[in-house]
Amino acid sequence: MSSQRFRLREAGRLDRNAPLKFKFDGKIYEGFRGDTLASALLANGVHLVGRSFKYHRPRGHLGVGAVEANALIQVGEGNSTEPNIRASQVEIYDGLVASSQNRWPSLLFDLGGVNDLLGGLIPAGFYYKTFMWPRKWWMKYEYFIRRAAGLGKAPTGRDPDRYEKMHAHCDVLIVGAGPAGLAAALAASKTGARVIIADDQQTFGGSLNRETDCYINDKTTVDWCKDVVATLEGLPDVTMLPNTTVSGYYEQNYLTLLETTKPHFFKSTIQQTRHRLWKVRVKQVILATGMIERPLVFANNDRPGIMLSSAIREYINKYGVTPGQNPLIFTNNDDAYRTALTMRQNNINVVAIVDVRENPDSELFRQAKEMQIPVHVGFAVVTTRGYSRIKSATIMKLSSNGKTLTGERKVLGCDCLAMSGGWNPAIHLFSQSGGKVKWNDELATFIPSEATQNVLTIGGCNGTADLAKSLKEGLQAGISAARLSGNKAHPPATPSVQEPVQSETRFVLPIPTQKNKFVSEKVFIDFQNDVTLSDIQLASREGYNSVEHLKRYTTVGMGTDQGKTSNVNALMLLSQILDCEPEQVGYTTFRPPYAPTTIGAYAGRNIGNLFSPVRTTAINPWHEEAGAKFEHVGQWMRAWYYPKVNETMRQAVDREVTAARTNIGILDASTLGKIDIQGPDAAEFLNRVYTNAWLKLPPGTSRYGLMLKEDGMVMDDGVTTCIKENHYHMTTTTGGAASVLEWLEEWLQTEWPNLKVYLTSVTEQWAVAAICGPKSRELLQELCTDIDLSDKAFPFMGYREGTVAGIKARIFRISFTGELSFEINVPRSYGLSLWEKLLDVGKKYEICPYGTEAMHVLRAEKGFIIVGQETDGTVTPVDLGMDWIISKTKPDFIGKRALSRRDIIKADRKQLVGLLADNATDILPEGSQIVEEVLPKPPMSMIGHVTSSYFSPNCGRPIAMALIKSGRDRMGQTVYIPLKNKSIAATITNVNFLDNVSK
Amino acid sequence: MLHIECPWCGFRDDAEFHYGGEAHITRPDPSTTLTDEKFSEYLFSKTNTKGLLLERWCHRSGCRRWFNVLRNTITNEILEVYPVTEKPSSKQGKETYERNWRRKSPPKKTPKTDEVK
Repeated sequence: MSSQRFRLREAGRLDRNAPLKFKFDGKIYEGFRGDTLASALLANGVHLVGRSFKYHRPRGHLGVGAVEANALIQVGEGNSTEPNIRASQVEIYDGLVASSQNRWPSLLFDLGGVNDLLGGLIPAGFYYKTFMWPRKWWMKYEYFIRRAAGLGKAPTGRDPDRYEKMHAHCDVLIVGAGPAGLAAALAASKTGARVIIADDQQTFGGSLNRETDCYINDKTTVDWCKDVVATLEGLPDVTMLPNTTVSGYYEQNYLTLLETTKPHFFKSTIQQTRHRLWKVRVKQVILATGMIERPLVFANNDRPGIMLSSAIREYINKYGVTPGQNPLIFTNNDDAYRTALTMRQNNINVVAIVDVRENPDSELFRQAKEMQIPVHVGFAVVTTRGYSRIKSATIMKLSSNGKTLTGERKVLGCDCLAMSGGWNPAIHLFSQSGGKVKWNDELATFIPSEATQNVLTIGGCNGTADLAKSLKEGLQAGISAARLSGNKAHPPATPSVQEPVQSETRFVLPIPTQKNKFVSEKVFIDFQNDVTLSDIQLASREGYNSVEHLKRYTTVGMGTDQGKTSNVNALMLLSQILDCEPEQVGYTTFRPPYAPTTIGAYAGRNIGNLFSPVRTTAINPWHEEAGAKFEHVGQWMRAWYYPKVNETMRQAVDREVTAARTNIGILDASTLGKIDIQGPDAAEFLNRVYTNAWLKLPPGTSRYGLMLKEDGMVMDDGVTTCIKENHYHMTTTTGGAASVLEWLEEWLQTEWPNLKVYLTSVTEQWAVAAICGPKSRELLQELCTDIDLSDKAFPFMGYREGTVAGIKARIFRISFTGELSFEINVPRSYGLSLWEKLLDVGKKYEICPYGTEAMHVLRAEKGFIIVGQETDGTVTPVDLGMDWIISKTKPDFIGKRALSRRDIIKADRKQLVGLLADNATDILPEGSQIVEEVLPKPPMSMIGHVTSSYFSPNCGRPIAMALIKSGRDRMGQTVYIPLKNKSIAATITNVNFLDNVSK
Repeated sequence: MLHIECPWCGFRDDAEFHYGGEAHITRPDPSTTLTDEKFSEYLFSKTNTKGLLLERWCHRSGCRRWFNVLRNTITNEILEVYPVTEKPSSKQGKETYERNWRRKSPPKKTPKTDEVK
């Protein structure tokens, strides 16, 4: 086990009494409670933690928190593993297991590193240019490219962890708990407003945890932060969410927050929540997302040990870790001097400060001089050396215009390089909200300008660098947000602040390089996507001058990093190349999520049984008891067939189908959609929504109806019954129930508001047992004595109310099988007892329950259609051969005009026909294509497809229905169904198989 | 997710609603004869606006009532909610209603040769 060689004795706020052991790439290390994986690795001197995406260059830590672009690691083992996590965002715990990614066979010796030497051969757009030719080979190339792409490994099994969702509302949401965010929370919460404050770090404070040279009300920033946090914790209407990344900003102030719960989930045996996705509707959003430090653009700026200056300061002051013993500082501004001074205070030997500015002049500069830190003014780092860790940097004097180098090369040995290239406000969420951004010359970056939603930006996010101003903005924003969300507020006193004053920045971009014939000197812009300066230049030479094109061609700003450190540098370079203002280059739109979010968090608990509600009928317990096989129809579970012991599906279905035509079959038809229609204009309404005539339907009778969309295509069908005057009972298909009701409501409310009609869904109110077969009347007679069931008194399509097995029932004499059939409706709670009684009494008639499969076969034997099986939204009633149901005399019905459109009356439309395979044992696969002539190989021009296909025991052979071009003119014609290994010949017939096919 | 104010139920998330496309499309009078072209315009041509759009919504998982909305398709800002049987009353709503191509006098065009008279 390695000791923590780079742990500082004095600095940092960790629990040093709680040492923790963790494993990285198989080796055991030690850290403390409060460490991130990054800080703990740095404490052990581990800089090399990954390989870059394209060139497989050795990479180390770059930043802290979400800013990290390089140190992407895999955490956890087995199915609980998660790839591509930033090492700087993983809180360590005892027993943590992590590993590096994108390397083979090992991190130190990675064969992919050959890409770095071949760099010249694989420039931007390489894949687009190379693998497009010859076109056919793409499938072969793709296999290898896919293998090379991606970083970590996804687990293969089911994720054992639990994820949750949380919905919340608040007056003020504050994103970021740095100085500005905390000040805003303090001001807003005192008004009584409901406040949520979220920060992606485990401790609140943001930059307050990083600085030791500032004082608020004469307290250290850390102490001030602790006081504020304690105050907020005591307020009932403040919700504080550490470890929570605000990842998405959507319409009308709807935001998503990803909360990572405590880290021990990885090893716990108890199932715990791993991520919680908050969905929050907010009256007023305050963005205090702070700033992200920008890297400098120089040759070999990606070596392990080269880090952002502010990140190094944070590792020292917050985690008590120094990334190096002999650091070099490379800067274009004053802020990096704070890092140098912090290091010196911790007795770290700062090799030198290399400052591109010619005349830096500030208190910080003078302090550095006083502490005798060598400062190279007007110099720049032109290249670095070192493989698994930086060993030295070469510096040279910059010319006054910053475009060339002069004088001697000086090599400075170092084990770490702190770079500081200026600051970018984290405007991602502001951009997601639809806000516009503008270029700020002083900061050389984009800052928020016009907002389109109720959002305020403060502090670093607003481009405000100094602490006093940030606090003031925070307090003001807190007050105004509370006021805007309807709370009364008085501004609190502005605190007094001491902080170092900073002078101007000199932007030199890129740092000039010296031509080197022997070694490839790469200048990285985007570390995560391995985009270099020459890639940007190449893209522009090839005409990709729009910022959106540049992004897609070079991949700058893509990946999980989304350009946090790279975007502004890339845009500035493009504007230089194009010789225009960065404002004109513009900015790519940021999209959610701000940081990677696990799919599990989006799914939450909506998995397995909770994925979608399951609807069951009142008779379902009987089906389960009877050992039925089930099928899903929409959300419904329906009995599919009832196999007896040792029976195959085919045998069971054949038995059920035969019974329904010889004795009695019984079907649970409760799932059919049912709509209760009442009102004086109900008949007129039905007349307009169905294609046939409805005005003269007498009470006690039913009629079959077909509904069309306005384009003339079949939408749904069903039987509607006149219960009594102005009262109708409509049935719809099982799957169409909800959409039909909505469709009817739409027409009633928007097109015909003058019609007095009222619709109620009663699908769940009625349980339906359909008995069918020659003996069904005899059975019903035994259980129902108050209705005359004779054919004369209760004819086909009749409706009667009475008592069945002692239960008040509605009986419909309708049939979906062609047999004598009664559909008995009873209130749902009586459904099971009715069903059991029917089966009990029906025993002597050899009653046989049948499922949906038998129902399909039975209706197909008679050539009855199923909407959604024979139709697909492109089929008219004429195509189905159902001209008889279209009224010629009605002035209007939905879809009427469309039926006379040119395209609809064409003769070669696909029409519904029967298909009988010539070989009476072949069952055509449903969905098969139909051709006139079989060619040796595709393409063959197809004339239609098989819509339904079954073995019909009552016909003694397979039957099929199909939609075929001009099908009705092809009666008797032979067509072919080409399958993988054979072709089946079939003859076109009428669809009423039962009455036309002799057994 | 949009936050829509149902005129009957108040503000709700858009998951409770069903989108009904462009509002104020007049269904042709079935008693008049109509060319295929005119009918197709009613059936298929929908306004695809970048900016203000008058559209229909239904509070499907609530009161089941249809209503109209004036929405900015760029910012998703909802400027007006009004009954389905009425016209918009806000200034922007009125302008959007009048500016719609359906309300303008149809441009004169020479009939194509294959056009059914």
